[in-house]
Formats: sequence, C-alpha cells, structure tokens
Amino acid sequence: MNVPNLKPKDFTSDVTPVWCPGCGDFHVLMSITRALAELGRPPEDIAVISGIGCSSRIPAYTNCYGFHGVHGRSLSLAAGLKIARPDLTVLAMSGDGDGFSIGGNHFLHACRRNVDMTYIVMDNRVYGMTKGQPSPTTEPDWDSALSPGGTGLSPFHPLVIALASGANFVAREFSGNIKGCTKTIVEAVNHPGFSFVEILSPCVTFRPDEKEWKNQVHGASVPETDDPARAARRIMTDDGMNTGILYRGQRKPYFASVKNTFGEIAPLERAFEV
Amino acid sequence: MKSAKNVSFAVVGSGGAGAITAGSILIEAAGKSGWHGLMTRSVGPQIRGGEAAALVRLSTKPAFCMSRDFDILVAIDWKNADRFIGSMPVASAGLVIADPAAGDPPAALRDGDCTIVECPIGELAKAIQGGRPNMICVGLVAQLTGLPIDMVMQVVASKLESKGASAIEIGGLCIEAGMTAAAGFGTRFVLETPGKPDSKRWLITGNEAVGLGALRGGVEFAAAYPITPATEVLEYLAPALASIGGALVQAEDELASINMIMGASYGGRPSITATSGPGLSLMMESLGLATAAEVPLVVIDVMRAGPSTGIATKSEQSDLNIAVHGFHGDAPHVVLAPLSVADCLFTAQWAVHIAETLQSPVIVLSDQSIGQAHVLIDRPADVTFLTRRKPYQAASEPYLRYAVTADGVSPMSIPGQPGGQYTADGLTHTERGTPSSTAKAQRQQMDKRLHKIEAFDFGDHWGVTEGTGDTVILTWGSLTGAVREAIDALQDDGIDVRLVALRQISPFPEKPLQAALSGAKRVLFVEQNHSGQFYRYVRSHIDLPFDIDRLNREGPDAIGPDEIASSIRDWKSQ
Repeated sequence: MNVPNLKPKDFTSDVTPVWCPGCGDFHVLMSITRALAELGRPPEDIAVISGIGCSSRIPAYTNCYGFHGVHGRSLSLAAGLKIARPDLTVLAMSGDGDGFSIGGNHFLHACRRNVDMTYIVMDNRVYGMTKGQPSPTTEPDWDSALSPGGTGLSPFHPLVIALASGANFVAREFSGNIKGCTKTIVEAVNHPGFSFVEILSPCVTFRPDEKEWKNQVHGASVPETDDPARAARRIMTDDGMNTGILYRGQRKPYFASVKNTFGEIAPLERAFEV
Repeated sequence: MKSAKNVSFAVVGSGGAGAITAGSILIEAAGKSGWHGLMTRSVGPQIRGGEAAALVRLSTKPAFCMSRDFDILVAIDWKNADRFIGSMPVASAGLVIADPAAGDPPAALRDGDCTIVECPIGELAKAIQGGRPNMICVGLVAQLTGLPIDMVMQVVASKLESKGASAIEIGGLCIEAGMTAAAGFGTRFVLETPGKPDSKRWLITGNEAVGLGALRGGVEFAAAYPITPATEVLEYLAPALASIGGALVQAEDELASINMIMGASYGGRPSITATSGPGLSLMMESLGLATAAEVPLVVIDVMRAGPSTGIATKSEQSDLNIAVHGFHGDAPHVVLAPLSVADCLFTAQWAVHIAETLQSPVIVLSDQSIGQAHVLIDRPADVTFLTRRKPYQAASEPYLRYAVTADGVSPMSIPGQPGGQYTADGLTHTERGTPSSTAKAQRQQMDKRLHKIEAFDFGDHWGVTEGTGDTVILTWGSLTGAVREAIDALQDDGIDVRLVALRQISPFPEKPLQAALSGAKRVLFVEQNHSGQFYRYVRSHIDLPFDIDRLNREGPDAIGPDEIASSIRDWKSQ
C-alpha cells in the first residue's frame, strides 16, 4: 500500500542519537528518511535491521519497525525477516567493522543468496564505538593504540567483493551528498534482489582527516553497467572516491518465501504409517 | 518352542550391500504385524563404502533401546566388520549366519560361544535372476523370528513398487529361498504373538518426530546449517515446510541460522533451528539477544559426544550445562528434553507453544540415541495448545513493547501493524524499547523477564513419575527409556522401583520434583555424561536428604537397562 504525501519526519523517531556532532551518520539518517518518504510505503511496512556499532544505532532513530541485533549479524536477521515476510521493505544497516569484519562471511553469502533487500554500510574506516581502532577498510599505516604504526594490511574492497559474490546492485555514495544518497537508496530499494550501497560517512572524532572527503568525492565519470567484470575493473582502478550507481544486475532474487496460507499437517503424518 | 518377548538381530554388509534396506523391510513388517521395535545403523566416520549394519530389536512391548547382545547376526559379507563387530556381541545361545564364500567370520565371533551356521547367501541370490543377497537375509530372519510372510511381502511390494512387478516377484523368490534355508537350521527365535494395535503403528526417528512436532506446534520457518546428528531434522523439515507453505533456508553457518530464525520470528512467524553441540556453542550470543529482545524461537540440540568435535555419530547428554548456563548475563529461558522418540513429537510441539507464549528462546535437548533411531510407536495422541503471542492492539497511548504486566508477558506487535513500531534491542531498554543504561531499566526488565518464566504454568508436563517404591531412579531426557526397561525387569524380580524423569530442565521444576521424590529413601541418578551434569544441577537447586548413588558415563557406550538394573540390585543387596 502506498501512502501519498509522506514526509521524512513521518519516518523519524524522538530518540536522540548517540552520535558525535558532525558524524556523517546524521546525514545518512536524513537520506534514509527522505528516501522512505519518496518510496511512499508507510513506516509500519518498513523494517530497519542492524548489528552493533555507531551506525547500527540507526533503527531506533527511525519510526519504522527496527531490530538492533548482535555484532555482525544484521544481514542474517534481515534475510530471515524478508524471506518470512516478503511483503515488507527490509533495510539492513551496518558499519565497516560490523559488516566486513565480524560479519564478513554473511556479507559474501547475502550477495550470493540475493534476497530482495537493501544493505547500507556506513563506512568510516574506523571502529568508533570502541574509541578508534582500525577496521577492514582502514589504511595500512593508520596509527592507533591497538595497532601501533598501523595494521600493515591492505584494506578490504567491499564493492569488488560484493560484485564477485553476486550482489545485484552496487553503489557508492558520500553521506554529505544527501540528494545523491537519497536517490541511490530509492533505486536500491526498487531494484529486485540484494542491493548494496556503501556510504562513505566520516568519523570526525577518530578520523578528523575524513572531513576532507567532501572535497575528494566525485560523481562516477562513466555510466553504470550491467557487466560485473567491467564494474569490478572500474572499482579496482578508481581512487575509491567515485560515487553513484556502479552496477545493476539482472539475477533472479532468492526463490523461497513463506506464504500467508498454510496447508494441513495431518497428511504429513501418513508418511510414517507402516 | 517357547516364544520370546524380545528378539534382536543384526544384518551386516558393506556399504551398498543393502543391509539397511533389509533391516527396514523387517522392522516395517514387524510393525504391520503389531510388534514394537527399534532399528539403529552402525555407521562410522567413513563417508561411504565403510561399515554398514542394521541393528534391529523387535519386542512385544514398546522398545526404547537396543539389546545388549544379539540373537541373530546375518552377514552378507565381512568387509570392514572387524571395525564394529566388537560392539555387537552375539548372545551365547545366539546364531551367526555366515556365507562361506565371504570368508571366515571375525575372530570375535569365532571365539565366542554362539553357534555359527553356514549359508550360501550369495549363491542363493545368484540362482535367482536379478536376485539380491540382502533379500535372502530378509527371508532368513523372517523365518527365524516368525514374521508373517504376507506382511513382509506387503512391505517389499510397496518398497519396490517403482521398480515394477518383476522386481517384486524376484524379491519374493529371494525371501522364499532364505526362508527355506533357515528352516533347515533347526533353531528359531520366535516372537510372542503381539496384541492388536489400536491404529496403524508409525516407524519414525526422533529427528523426524521433532520436525513433525514443530509443525504441529505451528512452525512456519526454519534456517539451519548441516551438522551430525541433527541434519535429518532439517532434511525432514525442508520439504515438509515447503509443502505446507513455509520455508527452510540453508544458512552459511549457525550464527546466520539462529539470526535468520530470530528475524523471521520477529516478523511474526514461529521459527525453529536444529543443531548439535558445536552449533549450539556458536548460537549462544544470539540466544542471549533473543532473551533480551524477547523473541520466541526454538533450538533443537541433538546432542552428541563432546567436547569440541568429539564423536559426532555417538550419543551423550552432555550439553545440559551449556543449555542452562551458557548465556552471558542473567538470561532466564527454557530448556526441555524429550523422554523418548515418541516424546520428541510432544516436546517439540510444547517447545513451540512455550516459546510463542512466553516470547522466549526454548532449547530442546534431544540426542543421537533417539534422534537417529527408527522406532515403531503407537500414533502419538493429538495435543492441542492454545498457542499465540499476546497480540498488540492499537490504542491511543504510545505502544510499550516491553510493558510490565501481571504475567510478565508484554503485547508483541509484528511488522505491518500500524502504530506497533518498536526497535527490538539487545541493549538494556525501557518499557518502550528505548535504549537505557539506568539501574531502573535494568532491574525492571530483568524482573519482568524472570517473572514471565517463573509465573508460567508448565502443568503436569514437567516430567513423569511411575511406580511407588522408596528406591527412585532419577533421570532426564532420552535415558528415561533405558531406565523404564530396567525398572520393568526389576519388577519381574519383585523389586519395586520408582521412576522420576524430567522433561522440563529449566526453569527447574522444584515443586513437582519435590513431590515426586516424597517418601524416597534412596535415589539413583542416571545420565549419559562424564561429570554428572544433571546430578550437580539438581543438587544446586534442592537438598537431597537420601542415600544417593550415581550411574553416569560419557559416550560412546550407551548406558543400558541391564546395567541400570544391576546398579539397583547391587545397591539393594548392600
């Protein structure tokens, strides 16, 4: 059911976010509520599902149905919900630590499984909730108390991994570009199958250098493609600041779903009679 | 010749020889004829082509466990038999039927005092075009035990229906040849004529029974990761759920499966997963979330020998500690244990009812010994629970998902209900669900969650108590079957022993257990684990002013009725 004239504030709760002033996640929240208003489904038909971390606090800040789960498992909660309730619009929310480190395995299999839902990862390349440790997307030489001198490890490449694992829609956005984020989230939700949107969302507290992102991001210089190999090559060779919809595939979404009417159990019992 | 109340036989043959098929035909025919029985398979870690033996016990009364030794052992071949024959002793009056073409029987049998007869099983099969040795074995055993041939042929006809009339005819010829050969052995192990069952008997495994029980309870969604010995629960549920309109998802690991069912249940669908010890360990954190966020779900743990990978194909009752105490923080929840294969059905159904009613995770501790045993049972009674979640109803006041109520259970909205929006959370939260780190919220919600479990009326399903003696055997879960058989045998000798068995493990059923133990002088604890987890658990809740003895052992050697009865006899004679 679509409701006309929904406003972003219809999707906002009165809970005050725990985020630091200047956090990119405020903008992501704004983009999500704008996108939901544009999509036109009432808040009770939307589920916002998350794991643990700064970004994962987002469900309670919306007026939708929400689930703030354990660390790393937002995609599993969301997939179970969507398969059980295909009538709902399901958004899984995560951060770079939650989604790519502790929840990395689920990311691969969610892309493969291609359940019709949208996965938004707010990537700030740091663990903020635990006060500044390197995440899988952090640069190798980023110094911290836990990994002095840096981890020395190459950053994880979420978009390429999503493509290689079978995600049906891949996009990158910058949190400060609310208009661009809103448009991409709407497109991601409307595209069948598993849609992955990485939003660069600066952590001004532990990564003040990321305040520069607003000057570094730039719209995709070439149009989106339906060829995953081409999309992967582009993403591998760009500067990591390329935003927009990068890939839109045509794979069929996951087949199984729970129906609304159920058959009788009694006929199943006959199989056991001797 | 005196007929027997119990006959046990084993059909031995390497993978592909059809030993298991032969066992299945024989136990089904026995079920059609009114007998009870139980079949297990001897399988090892080999994936394929290793050992295979169908172990079958037929009896006039319900059979809960395998006999200690076998009356008949028939071997299609002896390949790999050395690996497992030691755990299949043949009774001193028993009969080993060996094909001379398959070489000598293993030393363990040659050196025993059973009788070995030669029978050219392979040649008899070859003499019939398209004949198979395993069907000769069916004939041998049918003749020796007195199974009605018409029932055997009915089973063969239904099993071979898809292969055509000639296959059925060839099967019949083989069975006749086997029967003729056995008639010449000069010894038989004929079963007493059974009573007529009220309805068609079922042949079912505990793993199938928990699946069916869950469906009876209203489960609509499952997610799971394969693990021995729980996989059959999932393989049963996958097509069964699909056929009624539900769905089963194969997850990438147990972390995913527990969270998938939590998501589905949050969406209003009664949900279940099944696993074994290693998987339960992985699920622990998320089970804590289900407790805090008050999401109904059922986890079936088909226990196997642990710790770690342990012995995946052998039974133990050693996950009691983790099921009860494995959560971090104070996390009241429910733990149940089925008392037999038939009871797997009831307990799973009850588990769904409790989970939905209390909005709580429920762990069901089944185990390999009942999960993978094929047992003939009377059709389990239809049980109806008025199962439903306390519904959310739209009101003018803001919705409090975690409202404090008289029974501790709060109305639960499901996505799609206008005005019912809330965020389920593992963070300490207020009645509304808003994250809070206040002492008040922590105390209030902890009290509420404990109260809803403690105030719930578990009725008389907490366990069973049978008999009156002042000597009590106190046990739980699957060992109840072996204890029952031990008590029956003791009764035949005029020794009166009371059975008390717990189906409800947590919350601890203190009052009904105290009542069940009233007048007891001695209590023997029986459980299949190394440290006596159940004994220690009971002791942590109630005083035990009795003479106490314990019979507990880790897997893989099952604690059987003889051993239990001996413990009581030795104790009595002290």
